[in-house]
Amino acid sequence: MTAYALTDSWTMTRRELAHWARQPVQVVFNLVFPVMLLLMFGYLIGGGRGVQGSYVDYLLPGMLALTMAFGLEGTMIAVTQDLNKGVVDRFRSMPMANGAVLVGRSAADMLQSALTLCVLMGVGYGLGWRADGGLGAFLGAVGLLLLFRFAMLWIGIHLALVAGKPELVQSVQILVWPIGFLSNALASPESMPGWLGTVVEWNPMSQTATAVRDLFGGTGAQTVGAAIVWPLVLLAVFFPLAVRRFSRLSR
Amino acid sequence: MADTAITVEKARKKYGGTAGKNALDGLDLTVARGTVHAVLGPNGAGKTTLVRILSTLLLPDSGRVEVAGHDVVRQAYEVRLRIGLLGQHAALDEELGGHQNLDMFGRLYHLGARHARVRADELLERFGLADTGRKPVKQYSGGMRRRLDLAASLITDPEVLFLDEPTTGLDPRGRAEVWSAVRSLVGGGTTVLLTTQYLEEADQLADRISVVDAGRVIADGTADELKALTGGDRIDVVLRDAGHLGAAVALLPIPKDEVSVDPDRRLLSAPVTDRMAALSGVVRALEEAGIEAEDVALRRPTLDEVFLHLTGEHQRVKEAA
Repeated sequence: MTAYALTDSWTMTRRELAHWARQPVQVVFNLVFPVMLLLMFGYLIGGGRGVQGSYVDYLLPGMLALTMAFGLEGTMIAVTQDLNKGVVDRFRSMPMANGAVLVGRSAADMLQSALTLCVLMGVGYGLGWRADGGLGAFLGAVGLLLLFRFAMLWIGIHLALVAGKPELVQSVQILVWPIGFLSNALASPESMPGWLGTVVEWNPMSQTATAVRDLFGGTGAQTVGAAIVWPLVLLAVFFPLAVRRFSRLSR
Repeated sequence: MADTAITVEKARKKYGGTAGKNALDGLDLTVARGTVHAVLGPNGAGKTTLVRILSTLLLPDSGRVEVAGHDVVRQAYEVRLRIGLLGQHAALDEELGGHQNLDMFGRLYHLGARHARVRADELLERFGLADTGRKPVKQYSGGMRRRLDLAASLITDPEVLFLDEPTTGLDPRGRAEVWSAVRSLVGGGTTVLLTTQYLEEADQLADRISVVDAGRVIADGTADELKALTGGDRIDVVLRDAGHLGAAVALLPIPKDEVSVDPDRRLLSAPVTDRMAALSGVVRALEEAGIEAEDVALRRPTLDEVFLHLTGEHQRVKEAA
């Protein structure tokens, strides 16, 4: 049975890629949406309260982290839809590797997130953003963002398995916004009231955004630790919870 | 053992903890290999729960459940190798095409890429979906979707096939399509367990029928055996004027406490023991009283009457207890 774990995971990943091929407009929209946000905050709304230096250098890492956080929604919607359409019932009644459904989901979502990062950074480059920290730091920053996305992915899967109903996806969609904005993605915590600044700095997303800024800016790696630990802690909690939930669908 | 495809002994399942409702309340069931067995019951009788347990989607709280010679709890993988499932809702990927769906399921049954593709073509052809194999499933009609779903559950020629209300929500044409597909399977030696609320469906397709109510089997047998349970033949009398129904019941030579009256159809119906005597007695009595009848006919009971009779009796037993 485990001999097929890889084959089955690949089959499930192919399924997600086939979805993309069927819905190119959706794929493009998913890539364009964060770019739109970037432009909106860069030129319309923002200005960067309390930010020193170039705002695009501050904003872009924040937008990258924010986009990774918003990925949670997409994961949750996809899993919820699968569960409610009964196709997961067929998968579960088949002699396939148990976790392959979730692995396929993860692989596709991670791939999409990597693409989104590329597009956002490309647009950022056009706006004057530069990574000055060298190749190693650049790859490190991308790695941190994907690690954070991976943690969001498993939170998304878990929430979908717990909620199970499309109506609850909506409330998560709404909640993601204040949680995303209660971070240092768009504005510096120093510009906020003291208590709010503290909350914002503790937001795991802020840790990732800060570390990514430092790595891109070439200003050292001392903030990287927190950006590794936070997602790992989230994964340590939500990965087993989600897997357990999935295997308990039979209770 | 080898002659039995499905064995269920005292299966219990309760949802929502100890305070929950018993979906299965000590259900027993045996299905012989190569037969079509219908599980007939109203909504909430436990039919879907039974199918979900048999197809390893749900664990029973207690009891022994074996499918194709393997225990569904301890040997779920072995069971999954040998079953096909057609659930109540289409278990398909709506975004993908028919061919893509079957190809994906074939790969997940580990047929290998090439074999999966060939099998998908074969099945689309067999179920008359070859022309629409590329269209996304969400554009399929209900009947097409059901046929594709059935094709997906037949990819590996399963030993045992579960059909959970296979025709609920289909129009008569879609229903006929599914029926003929099920009939064509039986020749191949597949054991089929189907659940249904439609007595006609059980009558048409099944070798044996188990009537389920409140999580238990309350009667079991062939359609004829079940019909015999209500006590044989009935006589139907349709009057010209519904106003005479009361008078007719009073004077006709029929058992008064077992007559059913339907004023909308101006119909009265009663069980009879001696067919010919009852027929001539009724006709004579009507003539003498001058009550005009449109139709007088003898017939076997319908499964509907059997069903109401059985569930009604079960209800009375429960209330008395």
